[in-house]
Amino acid sequence: MATGGYMLLLILLSSLLPGVAIFFLREQQFALRTALNLGGATLKFLLIIALLVGVYRDGKTYSLSVNLLPGIDLVLAADALSLLFATLSAVLWLVTTIYAIGYLEDSPNRSRFFGFFSLCVSATVGIAFSGNLITLLIFYEILTLATWPLVVHRGTAESFRAGRIYLAYTLLGGAVLLGAVVWLTLLAGSEPFTAGGYLHHLSADQGPVLIMIFAMLMAGFGVKAALLPLHSWLPRAMVAPAPVSALLHAVAVVKAGAFGIVRVLNDVYGVELAADLGVTLPLLLLAIMTIVYGSVRAVFADDLKQRLAFSTVSQVSYIILGVALAGPIGAVGGLVHLVHQGVMKITLFFCAGNFAETLGIHRVDEMRGVGRRMPWTMTAFTLAALGMIGIPPLAGFISKWYLGLGALEAGLAWVTVVLVVSSLLNALYFLPPILRGWFSRREGPWPDERHGGGRLETHWMLLLPTMAVAAMALGMGLLASLTISPLYWVTFIVEFEYGYDHIWRAIFEWETP
Amino acid sequence: MPWMDVMADMALAPWLVILPLAGALLAGLWPAAARWWGLLTALLTLVMALLLALQVHAHGPMILDLGGWAPPLGITLVADGLASLMLLMTAVVGLAISLHALGYLAGEGRGHWFWILWLWLWAAMNALYLSGDVFNLYVTLELVVLASVALVALAGGAAPLVAAMRYLLVSLLGSMAYLMGVALLYGAYGVLGLQALGAQVALSAAPMLAAVLMTVGLLAKSALFPLHVWLPPAHGSAPAPVSAALSALVVKVSFYLILRLWLTVFPALPLSGLDVLMGVLAAGAVLWGGLMALRAPRLKQVVAYSTVAQVGYLFLLFPFLRAHPEGWKAVVFFAVAHGVAKAAVFLAAGTLQRAAGHDRLADLGAVMRGRLKTSFALGIAGAGLVGLPFTGGFIAKWLLVQTALEAGLWIWALVVLGGGLLAGAYVFRLLGPAFEPGPADRGRPLPAVMEWVPLALALLTIGLGFAGTPALSLLARTLAGGGG
Amino acid sequence: MAADVLTPQIYLLCGVLLFVLGLHALVVRRHLLLKILAVNVMGSGVFMVLLGVAAGGEGGVDPVPHALVITGIVVAVSATAVALVLMLRVKAATGLARLPRSGPED
Repeated sequence: MATGGYMLLLILLSSLLPGVAIFFLREQQFALRTALNLGGATLKFLLIIALLVGVYRDGKTYSLSVNLLPGIDLVLAADALSLLFATLSAVLWLVTTIYAIGYLEDSPNRSRFFGFFSLCVSATVGIAFSGNLITLLIFYEILTLATWPLVVHRGTAESFRAGRIYLAYTLLGGAVLLGAVVWLTLLAGSEPFTAGGYLHHLSADQGPVLIMIFAMLMAGFGVKAALLPLHSWLPRAMVAPAPVSALLHAVAVVKAGAFGIVRVLNDVYGVELAADLGVTLPLLLLAIMTIVYGSVRAVFADDLKQRLAFSTVSQVSYIILGVALAGPIGAVGGLVHLVHQGVMKITLFFCAGNFAETLGIHRVDEMRGVGRRMPWTMTAFTLAALGMIGIPPLAGFISKWYLGLGALEAGLAWVTVVLVVSSLLNALYFLPPILRGWFSRREGPWPDERHGGGRLETHWMLLLPTMAVAAMALGMGLLASLTISPLYWVTFIVEFEYGYDHIWRAIFEWETP
Repeated sequence: MPWMDVMADMALAPWLVILPLAGALLAGLWPAAARWWGLLTALLTLVMALLLALQVHAHGPMILDLGGWAPPLGITLVADGLASLMLLMTAVVGLAISLHALGYLAGEGRGHWFWILWLWLWAAMNALYLSGDVFNLYVTLELVVLASVALVALAGGAAPLVAAMRYLLVSLLGSMAYLMGVALLYGAYGVLGLQALGAQVALSAAPMLAAVLMTVGLLAKSALFPLHVWLPPAHGSAPAPVSAALSALVVKVSFYLILRLWLTVFPALPLSGLDVLMGVLAAGAVLWGGLMALRAPRLKQVVAYSTVAQVGYLFLLFPFLRAHPEGWKAVVFFAVAHGVAKAAVFLAAGTLQRAAGHDRLADLGAVMRGRLKTSFALGIAGAGLVGLPFTGGFIAKWLLVQTALEAGLWIWALVVLGGGLLAGAYVFRLLGPAFEPGPADRGRPLPAVMEWVPLALALLTIGLGFAGTPALSLLARTLAGGGG
Repeated sequence: MAADVLTPQIYLLCGVLLFVLGLHALVVRRHLLLKILAVNVMGSGVFMVLLGVAAGGEGGVDPVPHALVITGIVVAVSATAVALVLMLRVKAATGLARLPRSGPED
């Protein structure tokens, strides 16, 4: 069973070791730091591809376990879901590293920044490869530890305040989570994640306890997933530099929370048991409230990054909505949104960073006419924003389509109304910047123009990653039917989880009950 | 393994006392070479402690009558799982303290006094862990106190002297109460050996009174809230290696003694409310120490108040004692994890203090940025205090929460988790200055060893995160008393 | 006859009395010399209890408590010596042979 566990360890170390080395570099050692950064990111990317080939072509299994306490192991394992999340993290890390090198040019404390940045990615990949709940908890807490320095990176009073709030929320969430995991381990032992869950054998009178533990787990993971009412650290954490907002707050941290919720629902409790306990409906309602609340707040946010942050609050809950529908099609919608939202949101944050770094634009009303000055960035922004709204054939449409089908399948037709309302709200907060950017005319100078006169509209290390992720967001929608698309992959995961040999069988069964 | 069989016959235990004592003597005879004697002693003692732990793990508890004299006239050394784990922790932390002191005390004229007293303290602690009877425990406890008081006073100046005096008086009061308990026990049963007493003690007035006197006396020494007032000034104003020794090791000594007594001598006595009282005091300590650590303006004060808070966890022992047969092991693992992490934090604090020339938290940012290795040691060991994953502190926290939930005492689980949050708050407060904008400054030049030792010890707390299973299996080889 | 039975009891009682007196003085007195003396009085109380225990056993006097008392006296003398030196140092450093009232309790 433990074949090639070293691969997983290597993947972790490929960001951990460069990260540790980077801490001890002097500020001026630009070339070496860049080499370590990009080398680590590229190596991780290649290793993940090798892992994918090993799993899917050669049918190998990878796992590694280290004993922690009697009966309790630290387990790293690669299943389809972990590969999905790990691939997403590795790809976006590579892109974001390039972006961050460009973004932080000449700013102080870069060694510290990239050191912690690499630690964060290691923790995220650790979360992805966690083979049981305890391992997940361990890496989840490490992520807290490694993100805080990035939130306070600028060292201003405002960033320290944001850091304090971030810590208060995440440490509290971590403590609740620890309590829940210990409790669950006492009840059911430290089992590996199992498709369909591993709690069936518990007697029926454990129901209330299981519900309590489920609530604690949701609270613990919900903090990072920014579920209502645990979301308010996220908009404040936007004081961090743009690459942090982009990678961590679009992918790593919030997704870690959502990923945890998916794991608990699918591989610890199992959808069936969760539905029997009646915990999926409250979770569904909470997700819906968060979706609507985040969108409404986004409409009223003037600061571009704030708007994107509230949009994240809203969009991450689509993932939770999808799995909480407790049916295969909804699960496809939720899981595929894990990838789609990540790619689209990182595009938007890159664009926001480009605007801020090139022209000093921070507020939505300052975006007038930016389309003429920075057409490439604005195109990327438009593509990603339209995707978020759910315009076909972009990636977001695929997610919402499956979520809607899933809602119908689960017999909760009213959820589709929520989806429609949310899409309208999305349009309401994403269309103004798009329209202003393309169709308004700028009068007077930009707030703070820094990058002028070059052949490109901004530094190539900022523009290239932005275009790359925008292209990905486009491709994931257009080419959703290819076998390498996230959709295909997610379908595969869900088929395994629900025991169907093909996802469409679920639809046929649902039509003829 | 054949070498294990040879080892089984070796009497290692006496060497753990003889070596540091000889080291202290040699350091006194050759003051100029005191540091090298100290270092040699520390290395040899660590080797012995390691061998003893392996021996006990392989062959079970070792009992040795010194000079062939049987009790009550002779002295019996008992090396079981609990004792050898504490000896090993002391030896590891002791070696780190010795190495750090090489740099910290370099160029100080009266440095040899540190070595004499420190090695003496070490010998006394080892003797205490190995003692098999209640009177020997008293003598060794007094030796520990006298050595620690002298070490606190070593810094000179009014504040350390007053702190040392206060510490001495509190300790003597505790010792007297303990000794009265010994007299009562001997009066009632006519024996002094821990095992022999445990076999006889039954529910009656004399042992109850003795248990109360001894426990309360030792509580003052362990600085359990609200008897903690002497601790922060004593630990905060001593030289860093001394602070580390006091906070990481000496506090554990009186805790060990309480644990031994209740595990071996008094298992037949009911706790009758003592468990709840202790639990409440423990919660008070966790809360009060945590809040004070959040407010203290100086780095070493914060760490000292952190000790007040963490001592609270140790006394969750009482709620666990009767409710869960394995509960004490969780507490011992916590003591070990805390010992290593706290020593690392204090040594790192000492390095920063030496580099900056002060330890005012608000003005430490530049030196923290300049001394990355030390800041990392502070961060990693701090994570150990909070109980964040991959550190021994996490495993300890896990075990404590697991014990509490298993025994159905969820309120103490809440205390542990809540205390972790407070610890998180003050540890991140310690690290905050490093992230303020400003230049990096390495401060005064320091020997490299002062940077590497805290880091090594901090990395060891990560190692402890994977040592849960072996430590528990070593603890399983502990002599319990009474019926057990 | 009665005196034989009573003597150990008196020792025990006096011992406990001394212990309590010493404890009282240790808490109440502020001068360090008095505090140190108080600890010694407490020690004497414990020794007296031990002597009472030695005399109280059947079959003659038990020698073990005597050994304990002798060891205890040695320990007490050492502790007193350290305390006295420390007191002089505190006096030299602060000008007062008493502890400043910094904490909520001394």
